[in-house]
Amino acid sequence: MTITEKILAKHAGKNFVKPGDNIWVNVDVLLTHDVCGPGTIGIFKKEFGENAKVWDHDKVVIIPDHYIFTKDKHANRNIEILREFAQEQNLPHYYDVKSPRYKGVCHVALPEEGFARPGEVLFGTDSHTCTHGAFGLFATGIGNTDAAFILGSGKLWVKVPETMQFVLKGKLPGYLMAKDIILDIIGKIGTDGATYRTMEFRGEAIARLNMEERMTLCNMAIEAGGKNGIIAADKKTLAYVRKYTDKTINVFRNDSNAQFHSSTTIDVGELEPMVAKPYSPDNVAPANKLKTVKLDQCYIGSCTGGKITDFIAAATILKGHSVKTKTVVVPATKSVEQALIDETIDGQSLRSIFQEAGCEIGPPSCAACLGGPEDTFGRLNNAEICISTTNRNFPGRMGSKESQTYLASPYTVAASAIKGKITDPRDFLNVQEMEEAEEVKEKDDEENFNQ
Amino acid sequence: MPKIKGKAYVLGENVDTDQIIPAHHLVYNLDDPKERKLYGQHAFSGVPVEKAGLPKGKIPFVAAAKQKSEYAIVIASSNFGCGSSREHAPVALNMAGVTAIVATSYARIFYRNSVDGGYVTPFESEEDLSTLIKTGDEVEIDPDGGTLKVKGSTAEHPLKPLGEVADILESGGLFEYARQHNMIS
Repeated sequence: MTITEKILAKHAGKNFVKPGDNIWVNVDVLLTHDVCGPGTIGIFKKEFGENAKVWDHDKVVIIPDHYIFTKDKHANRNIEILREFAQEQNLPHYYDVKSPRYKGVCHVALPEEGFARPGEVLFGTDSHTCTHGAFGLFATGIGNTDAAFILGSGKLWVKVPETMQFVLKGKLPGYLMAKDIILDIIGKIGTDGATYRTMEFRGEAIARLNMEERMTLCNMAIEAGGKNGIIAADKKTLAYVRKYTDKTINVFRNDSNAQFHSSTTIDVGELEPMVAKPYSPDNVAPANKLKTVKLDQCYIGSCTGGKITDFIAAATILKGHSVKTKTVVVPATKSVEQALIDETIDGQSLRSIFQEAGCEIGPPSCAACLGGPEDTFGRLNNAEICISTTNRNFPGRMGSKESQTYLASPYTVAASAIKGKITDPRDFLNVQEMEEAEEVKEKDDEENFNQ
Repeated sequence: MPKIKGKAYVLGENVDTDQIIPAHHLVYNLDDPKERKLYGQHAFSGVPVEKAGLPKGKIPFVAAAKQKSEYAIVIASSNFGCGSSREHAPVALNMAGVTAIVATSYARIFYRNSVDGGYVTPFESEEDLSTLIKTGDEVEIDPDGGTLKVKGSTAEHPLKPLGEVADILESGGLFEYARQHNMIS
């Protein structure tokens, strides 16, 4: 069996499952937020009764993150619904907006709070729940009805998916990031190239990626239609997870005779900085072929592009430069927001680098990644053209139907901000210097781990 | 399953959930009957005008200030419902009066939400009917026979069997199905 098959079999109490089997699995974590939580709660009460209790207090995680800093009265009412439910059910893992517990984007907060644990089954009412497969667990997005069913029963039916294996060999050049890899893959297989299937990433290039970069890869499995993305847990995974939880962890690996739908090998050394053009994540082209595209906005944020690694990358390019186009910076969570102050490049904080370059910094939330209410920070309210580190660029995704979004890595977005046009990050990076620094860092990491 | 009849509304490929119900509308309370109707009112309001109601386009799915559509059957190409996991999408179609969708393929979360919530029946066609059927055509679906017919034509277009989800759809959704099978009380 594959990793995904093994996790699902264990949670269904079976010794063996195969793709296509419909099974009922026991759920370890159910995640919801302010957009889908209220509807889930409504169905839960209608179906299980007004006085029903959730199946396990410790397994329900509610992280409001979508429409937080808005005057929209309906959006604010939805937060009230979450708050009342958390109080009524006495839920320990509720991260209230008006409290010091507020986190920001659920998919970045979840691992920071120790809920992304290898070997587990995690469902969330958000399509980007597949992000957490980066930690070697089965994680996928569901709707309100399925989530309400879990809230009351702790179970859900799943069809066991086939696994598409992506073997990433070679060394990722210093000017590329996980976003370039996943955009390249989506460009090759299309937005429905992995529908109903698992996308499993492995290989030496994966072993070198840090956990945040692995999250970026798995985050966008859904953009190829994938049910889940997954990366086998390794020492980096365990080192990360152990910082946040002491719960039992199960590490699964593919059996030597595991069956795959397909296996594709990609030499990451041969990739280029990639951009997805409007209006689909599979409409990709190398950044250096789009140099004539003028921009009205650059956006750095979201579950896929608003993590510490993403801001270090953007700041590496922006340091000492000024942006030519309106540039919006939205840290995914409070801890990322804090890291903008704590992390420095040559003694200057990331926050100061962004401010000096002329970027506008917003509070942590999903913000304009999905448009949202009209007063959302960074929303495209007109026929604007934006390059963004986010994950979707379907018509109207970041606001107006007339707007256009290009998707790219934080390096590419930062380089584009300086020129006001889509720009290959190699124009601003000293690649040789970066690669030397990377080698030193790898050696240090290795030594630290061995100690 | 009984036959499904209605006027067709035709769309292209990759109709994502932002086109089905744009994100700024996701704030209405699904449990408030009045607010729930707003989802019907804004269904498909994110579809670019020139692609709304093919082949000509520029046909609003729901007439101005109305909450129900005159089109009960949606015809589309591949990867219908891709994007987010918002259950508001099949709810919006259901509230607008859509009973069935016929597409060559679906994104899985949308498909699952349609079935488990019992909102609309998602049929898969063998051929891409979005280039054969025009918005406004009267169509008839025979779920048991697995065919779709357009009024005025004798051609029978094959639909794939619904398979294991037929039981959930016939029960009216996941909860009813689970009760009938004594999985929940």
